This record gives sequence, C-alpha cells and structure tokens, in this order.
Amino acid sequence: MRTPEERTTTMSFTDIFLQQLINGLVLGSFYALVALGYTMIFGVIKLLNFAHGDVYMVGAFVGFGALSLVAGTFGAGWAGIFVAMVISMIVVGFLGVIIEQAAYRPMLNAPRLSILITALAVSLVLENSALALTDGQITAFNTDLGFNGIELGNLYVSYTQVVLVVASFILMIALELFVSRTMYGKAMRAISIDKDMCRLMGINVQRVIAVTFFVGSALAAAAGTMAGVQYGRIWYFMGFLIGLKAFTAAVIGGIGSITGAMLGGLILGLLESFATQIPGIGGEWKDVFTFGVLILVLVLKPTGLLGKSEVERM
Amino acid sequence: MGLKLEQITLRFAGNTVLDKVDFTVADSAIASLIGPNGAGKTSLFNSITGFYRPQEGNVNFNGESLMGRKPHKVTKAGIARTFQNVRLFREMSVLENVMSGMHCRTSSGAISAILRTPGQRAEEKHILEVCEDCLDFVGIVREKDRLATNLAYGHQRLVEIARALATQPKLLLLDEPAAGLNSAEKDSLVELIQRIRDDRGISVLLIEHDMSLVMKVSEHIHVLDHGRMIAAGTAREVQSDPKVIEAYLGQDDEELAL
Amino acid sequence: MAVNTVSNPTSRVDRLYAWFDPPGRRWTAYALVLAFLVTGPLYMSNYAMVIMTNALLYVVLALGLNTVVGYAGLLDLGYAAFFAVGAYTTGILTQEFGVNFWLTIPFAVVAATCAGIIIGGPTLRLRSDYLAIVTLGFGEIVRIAARNLEITGRASGLSGIPNPSLFGWEISGPTAFYYVFAILAVIACVSSVRLLHSRLGRAWLYVRHDEDAAEAMGIDRVKVKLAAYITGAIYGSIGGVFFAVNLGSISPPSFSFQQSVLILMAVILGGMGKIPGVIVGAFIVILGPELLRDIGSLRLLVFAVILLLIMLFRPSGIWPSRRS
Repeated sequence: MRTPEERTTTMSFTDIFLQQLINGLVLGSFYALVALGYTMIFGVIKLLNFAHGDVYMVGAFVGFGALSLVAGTFGAGWAGIFVAMVISMIVVGFLGVIIEQAAYRPMLNAPRLSILITALAVSLVLENSALALTDGQITAFNTDLGFNGIELGNLYVSYTQVVLVVASFILMIALELFVSRTMYGKAMRAISIDKDMCRLMGINVQRVIAVTFFVGSALAAAAGTMAGVQYGRIWYFMGFLIGLKAFTAAVIGGIGSITGAMLGGLILGLLESFATQIPGIGGEWKDVFTFGVLILVLVLKPTGLLGKSEVERM
Repeated sequence: MGLKLEQITLRFAGNTVLDKVDFTVADSAIASLIGPNGAGKTSLFNSITGFYRPQEGNVNFNGESLMGRKPHKVTKAGIARTFQNVRLFREMSVLENVMSGMHCRTSSGAISAILRTPGQRAEEKHILEVCEDCLDFVGIVREKDRLATNLAYGHQRLVEIARALATQPKLLLLDEPAAGLNSAEKDSLVELIQRIRDDRGISVLLIEHDMSLVMKVSEHIHVLDHGRMIAAGTAREVQSDPKVIEAYLGQDDEELAL
Repeated sequence: MAVNTVSNPTSRVDRLYAWFDPPGRRWTAYALVLAFLVTGPLYMSNYAMVIMTNALLYVVLALGLNTVVGYAGLLDLGYAAFFAVGAYTTGILTQEFGVNFWLTIPFAVVAATCAGIIIGGPTLRLRSDYLAIVTLGFGEIVRIAARNLEITGRASGLSGIPNPSLFGWEISGPTAFYYVFAILAVIACVSSVRLLHSRLGRAWLYVRHDEDAAEAMGIDRVKVKLAAYITGAIYGSIGGVFFAVNLGSISPPSFSFQQSVLILMAVILGGMGKIPGVIVGAFIVILGPELLRDIGSLRLLVFAVILLLIMLFRPSGIWPSRRS
C-alpha cells in the first residue's frame, strides 16, 4: 500500500473532492446522530438541551469503560465494540432520563432563562466531573481494529470509517422507523405540535418525554463511542465542540425536524470537510467557519431547510 | 384626519382572518368595534398596531401610512393600546408601569444617565409629573407606589389605560376594557372614556362585548363578522341592521341584548 | 414571552435587602465598605491584595454581564470575548504601536461597541436558547482568532505590556493596581446603579418582563437590547484594558468559555439583577477557591453543583421578586 504522502501527491481535483466527500460523510454521521437528540428534545420540551454535547462525551467514556469490561469476553474488535456501544447507549440513555426528571421537569413552568441556566449547570457538572475524574488528561481509546481499509485509486477509506457510517445510517433508519411507526414515535411528533392537546387526548406526555430523552441520549452515546473508536482518544471537553456543531447541524436542517437533523448533520460534515481545502481555513479556523455558518443560517433562514415557520406572535 | 384602513386583508396559514376591511375612525371620535367571537377584532387591532402584518391593504393615520411599521413606531406615531388580558409589568410599581409610556417621548441615553446631567434630571422630573398626572386622570394616583400585581383587577385595567395615555396618543385602542368589571366600574369607565375624548381630544376605539356599554359610549359602531366589515353607523342604525342581527343569531343571549 | 412568576415576595433574600432600605443604614454600609477598601493595603499581605484585585476586576466584569443577563435578560455565554477585545486592544496598541496606555482606553471602548454591534445586531432577535449558543459561538470565534492571528501573538499571546504612568508616576506593584481596580469597581457600581434608575434601565426591565407589551408602549426592543449588550461590552472591555497592564502579558486561555462561565457564575450565584448580589457573587467566585484551597481545581464543579441546586430549589428562578 502506498503511504498517505505518496497518495496525496498524485491526487487530482476529483480525487480530493471525493476524499473529502468520504471524510465529510463520516464526520456528518456523527453530527447527525447528535443533532437528532437536540432536535427531538427540542420538539417535545422546546428547550435546546445544552447538556446534550456532554451526554455524547459521557457516552464515549462509558463506551470506553464498557469495552474494557467486555474485552475479555468479546475481544476489542468489532464484536467488543458493538457490545460496548450498546451498553453505553443503554446506560447513557438512562442518564438522559435522570437528567430530564431531576433537572428539567421541575423547571418547565419557570421563566425561560431559568431552564436555560439549569441546562448550562447540568452541562458544567458533567464536564467538570469528567475533568475531575480524568484529571484533564486525554484518554486513549484502544481497539484491536488495525488501520486496514479499501484503496480505490487515489482514495482511501478505512474499514472503520465504512462500518461507522453504515452503523450510523442503520441507527438513523431505526430512528425513522421508531418515529413513524411506533406509538411513542407518533406521540413524540404530536407533542411537538401541541403538547396540551396531547394531554387532553390522554397521551402520557411525561412518559413520552422520558422516552425521547432516552433515545436522544442513546444516539449521542453511540456517536460518542464511535468517535472514540474513530479518533482513538477521548477527553472531558470533547462534548463542547461537538455540541455546538451538532446544534448548528440541527439548525441547518431545521430544528424540530428529524429528517432535517440527519440532513443538516451530513451537510455540515461535508461543508466542513470541503472547507478545510480552502487555503487559510485549516486547523482551528474550520471551527470559526462552522460558527460562521451557524450565524448566517440563524440570521438569514432561522427555520433551516425543513423546519416549520413560527407563527407570528400574539 | 384620523385613522383609515383600506382593504386590509390578513391571512394565517390558509385562514383569511381579515377580508378587505375598510374602516375609518375620525379625529376626536369615540367608536366601537363589535362582532361575534372570533370575528377578527383583536386581529384588527394587532394589524393597526403593527403586531401583525396584513398581506394586503393600507393603514393610514393622519396622512401617514403605517403599513409595515414595527409596533413601537406605531405608538410613536400616536396610537396606543391596551390588551385583552391585562399585560402590566407585574413585578414593577404602578408608577413604573406608567413611566414606560413616556419612554418614546423622551430621549436620555446611557451617558447622560451615568453622568446625571441636569438635562437628564429635568427629564426624569418631567416623566414623573406626566405619569402622576395620567394616574390622577384615571383616578388611582394614590396607588402609584404599589406593586402592579397587588392591585384589584379593576384598578389594574385603569393602570393599563394610564400607561397608554402616558404615550401621548392621538388615538387610543381599548381591547375589551370592560371585561371583568362590575357595573359601577363600567359606569366609571364610560365616564373615563368620555373624559379622554372631551378633555384631551384623544380618539377612542374600543372592542367590546357589553352592548349596553357600547351603546352608551359610542358615536360610531363598526361590526365585524368572520373577518368582514358587515355594518357601520350610529347605534340606532346598527341595532336595526338585519345583517348584524343575523351575525349574532346563534350567539349567547347576552350578545343579543341590543 | 417570559413573564416572571411571582416567587414568595417576602423571601429571606428580599428581607435582607429590605433591611438596608432606610438611607441611614445604607449610607453606613457604603461608608464601611469604602473604609475597608481604602485601608485594605494596611493589613493585607501582597498575596491577599492580588486576590482582592482579582475580585475587584470580577466586580467590574460581573456588573457588565449583569447588564446583559440580569437587566436585559439575554443569556450571553461568550462574554469573555469583550474582555478579550479590551485586553488585546491595549496590548496591541501599546506594544506594536507604542501608544500611550490612557489613549488605548477610548480605542477599547470603540472596539467594544463595534463588537457589541457585530455580535448583538444579528442575534438579538433570536429566541433565548439560540442566543445563548450563538454568543457562545462568538466567544469561541474571538478566542480562536486570538490564538491564531499573528497580531495577537498566537497561542503565546502578548507580553511585555508596559505599566501605565499617571502624571509621571508609574503605576506598578500590587498596591497601586489594587487601588486602580478599587476605583474601577466603584465607578462600575455607581454607573450601574445610575443606569438602573434611569430611562434606559427601566426600558431594560420592561423588555425583560414582557417584550410585546414594551413594544406596544413605544419601546424599540432591539435598540434597547443592543444598548444593554454594548454597555456590557464596554464594562468587559475596560476590565480587559486594565487586566492587560496589571498582568503585563495576556494569552488566549484567559478568554475561554471557562472564563465566560465564571463571570456568569459571579452574576448568578450572588443574585442576578441586584447590584449588591452581583458584587457578592464576584467575591464568592474569586475568594471561594482561595478559602477552600483543596477544591481549587474543582471550583467550577463546585460552583456548577451549587448553581444546579439553587436552580432546582428555587424553581421560580433566581430572579429577585422586587427590583432594588
């Protein structure tokens, strides 16, 4: 196999384009999974769960811990990772429900600012607990996957990337089915349209909200675990940036729209990947680019691509 | 000159809330806007004051077009309003509530506030005087330091009126000012509305469901039904208009007490 | 729109504030505080003075953020950006261009105003959740820019910022800077109080209470919110200006999200919207970790937990039920 340097020197424009396309898809899948949580939670309680990015971080750590636990039985390859991810999804799913019950439910009738600050407080507690527990150090997420992949001419796609993208899509399809076919899914959509009417219709709104938090957090946990696998390292602050970017993705797609979140995630992943090719936008500047996109979208088309326009006030 | 609405059409998500409404309120007049529930009366108020933006038509006030103006600019142009559900600033005193009306008539900014310039101090004094005068005019100046939320409901409505008066309006829009008032308070309200016009030359337009009050106080009545203006005229003319009677048929008996 | 639900109107905090209503008691309290401030260096060690100076800086910053969050009700999670604007303006102008320190102040004010307009202009119409995240984004943009631009010294920042001189007398050393910040803090307090009781201060409260009703009364809510934002920006910027010369060197970590959060903690923990509370909050945030030395590195965690507990046990929020 050729080294990355050998490959890039012979890459044509199309090659670079396609490579970034692949990178963008992988990145976009992570963003999409986390963005889904944002959008679903916003749909049912009209709150941007500030702590959602940190739930992703916790998911990564729990996945890491779970992998260490099950590596003995399942190995640290795909089987082990799969089991670890499922464990992480379940555990963190429940964490999400606990957060909702303990921190958000009591605040639903409080002034808007209060619930925002509460969400911020939750986020800080999660972040700083992780900071305390890891002493701020980056933890290596070791797996037995190796770095093999597929070479397509000048392009290179690692098996890891393929599996992760496929896994993400499976999760997204599963979610789509959940939302459109199951009672909980339909109730979730109904609540996002008119919560009070749902109560009157006998829907157990509280339970559906809890389920929403479970599912959203589980998806974030899956993304976190996968990110650990993909990048090989996790740390207490990893949720911060992802949180902002996933939020951007949710906004691009239209907050409140599930398809929008998936679309927005992929679009953002692609945008970011392609942006890194623009001279001058390297390293940290790509984050500035992303924030710039966020601000542009919020100012020019706050409802995003698929969101519903808010009815005029009064 | 007064207020003139031409062919105002307002649509929400497929519903036509106001349909080619033509409507005039002359200077120094007292007029009422009545109609069955859901006719679009508050929507009309919101369209005049800039909270809603009609898709078609024009709002003209004293020669100026107000279409597309933000609510605070409409107030600055001389139209003030009260709300159906009293919307006072609840955690603030009565006087502070009324002072909000003077904001658009004064101009001190941050720097003159921090430096406490003589101009700023004089302006604050002026604001106090005008607001106390408005409170006195509606009759509740002795409540000025009480927390707005602690006042009796009837008095809260008066605070809202005083607050609107503080904006020095030429036209005052009252949205169901008599809702929840007892009959003594309603008589006071009639007298207050007349004083607003007689003593201060301010036109008054009210939305009301209490027909006897409407008849007592209005010179002109406009009837809205399903977004359309179906009748306009004096009390007598409107009372006997068959379209009006038909619009109210099927409504509460109270509504029919014409 | 957020209308405050009325919490218990005679809660303990409000009764504490009410105790200070009679002017006699209030002026005595002021006199005592001033006396303490002025005589500080007599009995404080250098170390203690440095801490106090830090606390006084936080008073200025917290009062600035209080204008944005407590008065205008805008949750700004990127306030450190304004702090950075002031600090880097002074750092760059004195270092690169040899400008006299005192002249950098008007530049910092202008820069802050521009930053306030650039950040606030497009975002103030957004609903509060979006606004919080967007301001956070801007905070990050400023930090990343500082970390990556040549003119701001990249990751190592700027150093060798010269001490200012006043009438030929150089301001240096902990005592001198202690007094500088004490004066700044007092100015910040006095101007905050005067703003609160002015036409603009009232407008902020009206808009915070009920935006639509305020608009109906002729108040331009965008202009008013922008004024709050710019005022807060200027406070932050001035804090940054003096921070830069106090430390002599500045670097990006001082302007991170953590910093924005700490300032926000100072505003909230003491009692948002009330000036004495905000001042107390500033001292809590700075002195707390000093007094509880062991938890120094965990201070954000401790504060976050305290904040969470406060939010949960006072569900009507931390709004005071009566304005001062």
